[in-house]
Amino acid sequence: MNKIILSFISAIALLLSSSVTSFAKVVGDKIVLGAAISLTGKYSSNGVHTQNGYNMAVDRINSMGGVKVGGKTYKFEIIYYDDESNPKRAAQLAERLISQDKVEFMLGPYSSGLTKAIAPVTEKYGVPMVEANGASRSLFTKGYKYLFAVLAPANLYLDVAIRTAVELNGGKGVRIAQAFEQDAFSQDVRLGILDAAKETGSEIIIDDKLPKELNDMAATLVKVKQMKPDVLVVSGHTKGALTAIRQIAEMKVDVPMLAMTHCDAAKLSKQHGKNSQYALCASQWHKTLTYKDNFFKDGMTYAADFQKEFGYDPPYQSAESSAALLVFKDAFERANSFDQKKVRDALAATNMQTFYGNIKFAPGGQNVDKPMVLFQVMCDGAGKCENKVVAPLKWASAKLIHPIPKWSDR
Amino acid sequence: MDFMVFQYPMITVQACLDGILLGVLFALIAYGMALQWGVMNIINIAQGDLVILGGYIAYFMYLYGIHPAWGVIVAPVIMFFVGVGIYKLVINKVVDRDLFISILATFGISILFMQLMNFAFGADVVLANSGYGTTFLFDSNVVLPNSKIFSAVVSIVFAICLVIYMKKSKLGRAIRATAQNARAAKILGVDTEKVYAATFGINAALCGVAGALISITFTIHPYMGLPYTIRSFMIVIVAGLGNLPGVALSGMGLGVFEEFADYILGTEFRIGSVFLLLVIILVYRRFKLSRKREYLK
Repeated sequence: MNKIILSFISAIALLLSSSVTSFAKVVGDKIVLGAAISLTGKYSSNGVHTQNGYNMAVDRINSMGGVKVGGKTYKFEIIYYDDESNPKRAAQLAERLISQDKVEFMLGPYSSGLTKAIAPVTEKYGVPMVEANGASRSLFTKGYKYLFAVLAPANLYLDVAIRTAVELNGGKGVRIAQAFEQDAFSQDVRLGILDAAKETGSEIIIDDKLPKELNDMAATLVKVKQMKPDVLVVSGHTKGALTAIRQIAEMKVDVPMLAMTHCDAAKLSKQHGKNSQYALCASQWHKTLTYKDNFFKDGMTYAADFQKEFGYDPPYQSAESSAALLVFKDAFERANSFDQKKVRDALAATNMQTFYGNIKFAPGGQNVDKPMVLFQVMCDGAGKCENKVVAPLKWASAKLIHPIPKWSDR
Repeated sequence: MDFMVFQYPMITVQACLDGILLGVLFALIAYGMALQWGVMNIINIAQGDLVILGGYIAYFMYLYGIHPAWGVIVAPVIMFFVGVGIYKLVINKVVDRDLFISILATFGISILFMQLMNFAFGADVVLANSGYGTTFLFDSNVVLPNSKIFSAVVSIVFAICLVIYMKKSKLGRAIRATAQNARAAKILGVDTEKVYAATFGINAALCGVAGALISITFTIHPYMGLPYTIRSFMIVIVAGLGNLPGVALSGMGLGVFEEFADYILGTEFRIGSVFLLLVIILVYRRFKLSRKREYLK
């Protein structure tokens, strides 16, 4: 009987001690980060890309010596929860990670909407969060002190496209037709276009909004056919990109320049083949960019390693997620401490290059040192299509084809 | 507000044709809903999710190199059994209960289907390319993708087949008898349990056809089902149960209405305008109904 009681007590003691130790922020030689990720729900595919990016960087950093703080070496570990692509759930989970699991450093979720839900929580507890997938401009105008984003803000996504079009037009303004989904991200992209149009003296002749259940945008395209703009801009996540390409091809809409977001995630060239040819896509990253770091070497090596581990070509969502870990490592080592304030200050002073791009944070938390790239879908005679970087010129691996040939000549 | 649609007559023609082609497809889904609503007195909230599931069947055929147009044959066959399965598992337990219970049950099925599809097929937006070309009308001022024409034609063919089947076959007669009076039908030897299962199966099969057509014409996504449920609900409300010409007509009407709403109010209000119309019609009906009651007093 005594034995049973003894083992019972020791079991409880063990349980308590393990729960105390495993939930503390830095345990033994481990730095525990928390992340709510969309593993189910509508963002689940990009959620998984995000998680793969995080995991890849954790493995790489740990296997290459880990993080050195105060003369000791630590390893990263991440506690994941599934936020079901639901902002309310994400906020609850952030709360849980911080107050129950005692996580003191966070990684961001996928999408601007979810980051927006989590940021007030991390801010309240003073938990530094490095996020890689929330680009909405409104995240960076709220005065958050503990939020850092490795990616360029949403309003810069298609800015390059408009400027390129104006440049090709001999510096004169162009006529723009645009269709944007009504969500935080796409509306920010729209604001960016409005700014660019104003600065370049361009005129917006069609300004449509798309619903979130979008699967038919024929009306917008009929207007485009009638008004013949110089540039057509579409942003509505994956479904926007897929719907636009399908209907542009079916309705034979001729437009000199077509610029979009989310072509990478939509696997445009895979799903649509030659129909997607000549589309310009905004991207945070492309593997052919020549940025370098010590962990992943460069984009091409990262892509090859990622391919080996996960079996698919890394979308930019994975690359930027990996970069978030590199930023954390760098900040911990510079702070040389696990004090949240010190780490926060070190993060704010970040100025580094990663395979993903240069990283330097503005006071609002957005990365101001990494321009967006534009790639164009280019197909060879056999119908095999590839994304090639065409702008900015510094990184271009191919020459922009402009204007897009008419459907009747293809 | 944008009245461009009226300024260019060709856009008006385009909107009408687009709307009619789309409306025929809606009518097919709505007919399935009307059928099982009439027979079993069940409003199936999962209607749209069955449509999307049918779409995935065509999509997977396309992935494996089979032309997705064959989906309109394969999807209904598979979906028929899915429908019968759902009936045996859930619907037969709620079929005699009041409308509220059945709405809750099918709402549950809808959520379950969405999550299962998301789990099984991923959250990516997908589509099946038919490779059908484009038809140009009026000096190429009006463009109609052949896939839309194909989907309208297939919808009409299936609707006609179904009407003939309901009129001529033994099961069709049994279904109609059950719809008129389930109790009397039972007394006269109709196996109503079997009729219910078959009805639900036929409804699911129609959804399968529509889904396959949608994957060819538009895009599919696990969470895209609800607008299809709402549209078919609305068409049935307007047309009434068991009124096939009415369903076809109000389907096309809804399609044209949507297209015009799209042009005039903007694409963002497209689905919203359908909801608004639904509310207006329900209020109007209620109003009419209460007037009638007063008259009866």
